[in-house]
Amino acid sequence: MTHIETDILIVGAGGAGMYAAIAAARAGAEHVLLADKSLIGRGGATVMAQMTVAAALGEECPDDWTAHLEDTLASGRGLCDENLAALLCQEAPARIREMGEWRVGWARRADGHIAQVTAPGHSRPRCCYVDFLNTGPAVAATLRRQIGHVGAIRRLSNLTVTDIVTAGGESGGAAVGAVALDAADGEAVTIAAKAVIIAAGGLTRIFRRNSASANMGGDGYALALAAGADLVDMEFVQFFPIGHLAPRLVGMDPIMWDPFRYKLGGRLLDGSGREFLADYGSDETSGYTTPRDLATYAIEKEVAAGRGSPHGGVYLSFAHVPKSALEAAFGPVIARLAKNGIDLGQMPVEVAPIAHYHMGGIAVDERMASRVPGLFAAGEAAGGANGANRLSGNAISEALVFGERAGRSAAAYAATRPSGWHPQSAATAVERIRSLCAGRRGAVSPATLLDELRELMSTEIGPFRTEAGLARAVARLAEMRAGLNEASIAPGRAFNPTVADWFELRASLIAAEAVAHAALKREESRGAHQREDFPETDPAWACSQHVSMTRDGRLAVGVAR
Amino acid sequence: MTARLARLRIRRGAGDEPPHYEEFAVPFEDGATVLDALIWIRTRRDPSLAIRYSCINANVCKECTIAIDGAVGYACTTRLRADTVMTLDPLPGKPVLRDLVSEMRSPRERLK
Repeated sequence: MTHIETDILIVGAGGAGMYAAIAAARAGAEHVLLADKSLIGRGGATVMAQMTVAAALGEECPDDWTAHLEDTLASGRGLCDENLAALLCQEAPARIREMGEWRVGWARRADGHIAQVTAPGHSRPRCCYVDFLNTGPAVAATLRRQIGHVGAIRRLSNLTVTDIVTAGGESGGAAVGAVALDAADGEAVTIAAKAVIIAAGGLTRIFRRNSASANMGGDGYALALAAGADLVDMEFVQFFPIGHLAPRLVGMDPIMWDPFRYKLGGRLLDGSGREFLADYGSDETSGYTTPRDLATYAIEKEVAAGRGSPHGGVYLSFAHVPKSALEAAFGPVIARLAKNGIDLGQMPVEVAPIAHYHMGGIAVDERMASRVPGLFAAGEAAGGANGANRLSGNAISEALVFGERAGRSAAAYAATRPSGWHPQSAATAVERIRSLCAGRRGAVSPATLLDELRELMSTEIGPFRTEAGLARAVARLAEMRAGLNEASIAPGRAFNPTVADWFELRASLIAAEAVAHAALKREESRGAHQREDFPETDPAWACSQHVSMTRDGRLAVGVAR
Repeated sequence: MTARLARLRIRRGAGDEPPHYEEFAVPFEDGATVLDALIWIRTRRDPSLAIRYSCINANVCKECTIAIDGAVGYACTTRLRADTVMTLDPLPGKPVLRDLVSEMRSPRERLK
């Protein structure tokens, strides 16, 4: 069995994980291990982001981080952790400029200034981007290039961290390393680390329609809970209102219509071709201004009332935009759409809400430290900064800002501590990997159960929730988790997908339960959490909930301390 | 009217086993991709089928690169064809790990 000793282990190599690695090395860490279950810098959410990055750069007009903070807090519907939100807004400009120095290629105006657009919820043009629809891929490629230059960073692809190891093997002890599965040969790997950073992204993959990559099934949340950390704001899943629905589009991310809305406006129409946002109190006469939670609400209500488009969404039309303007704004993308049979000047497309981002996550302080000593979190995996509804453009900013802070804090923590590793604490997790690779007979496969989970989440815990639906979900999720050890596993060590599915299912079920329990308890509607049975926002609920795991593996929900 | 099918002939076996081909019939829908069909097979027919993908639909991760009827292509952007057999092999010139999964990691990103 392979054993690795490192100062800092980073779980997940998207934007937050890669930035954390750079910052940890910069702060003096000599051995940084960056592990990803996919390929380094290619999985996760960063590479999927086709939209914009918010930072108060003031390139288009005077701006200040406090104005960005004001917009972030307003979007968060009273639930943002104000300290974390302030850090996000205050440090975003430095990170964005550093990315610029690393030649990410921010789109610029003719006069050389970085171009910034006004995304919904922002009081002024604040969101920069890389053309065309290339913001996330460019950010990921730039960070991948940077980490390649740093000798202290060791990168390992297809290494799935299955368990965080804590001192003494019991919840509450410090994080001292991890156990991982090397997918290529099915071997268990132990990793002694003085500090661990979870940057494994969110959980949107547990919904049927999502804009996630394959490895966003809530791994980071499950790892953190089992290690003794708290999760915060888990009931708040952001549905991106205008995810692509039809006609079938390949080679493009389903969230791609947002940049079109920034640049060209566009009209949302019901099945009969009528504009409807004004019916829900949103006035778009001055451009694309409707926040995500409100637009999702309006679209779902139109569809429920029988006024949707043929595939169960609404229409998005750019038919009023001259062809020359379409070409100027999106160049080669227009041709890619044509290859998919979509002529934007002639026909509307169908769009519908799609699970896009998770506001909740691992509860951390300003150092990105969880309540477990030595365990840090960054990016979408960390919760709190975005409250009940994330402001457009804050996700990549958060990945970079919190990644940098987590790397720096973890390096400072690790510098003062000896390794606390004891092989015995890892024994159970190692044995589990061995036993799974040997195969197991069962009636149903983890892949089938994952499919059932996605259906269950979309039916019972989508943008609209009721006590009855949430209670059904809670009961079924508990049953599914209790039955984990009866799922069938095909024998085989090298790249065994059923073993990978089993670990994903275990994590996804825990993450799903955290969402369901928190959503059931919050008897009001706020931001991304809408209860049909409690449609009003209740001022008494202007507080966050924490989810923790008890010693026997059950989840407990309480109002944040 | 009977539902249209797409047929996929897929190379199976771990890297150290002699390869064989297995054929699957998949319900055909207009616009569906080869990756859609592979995910359908994993969910409905054979969860042990090993494939590589990360971004699913955006064609940014490039992990789903395989050989489709002998030509290198992305499973996520290649459209499924009804009523014919499509043959799928792992990316040529790379060691096979299992089924359609080849070693794509840069040598510096491998544990061993």
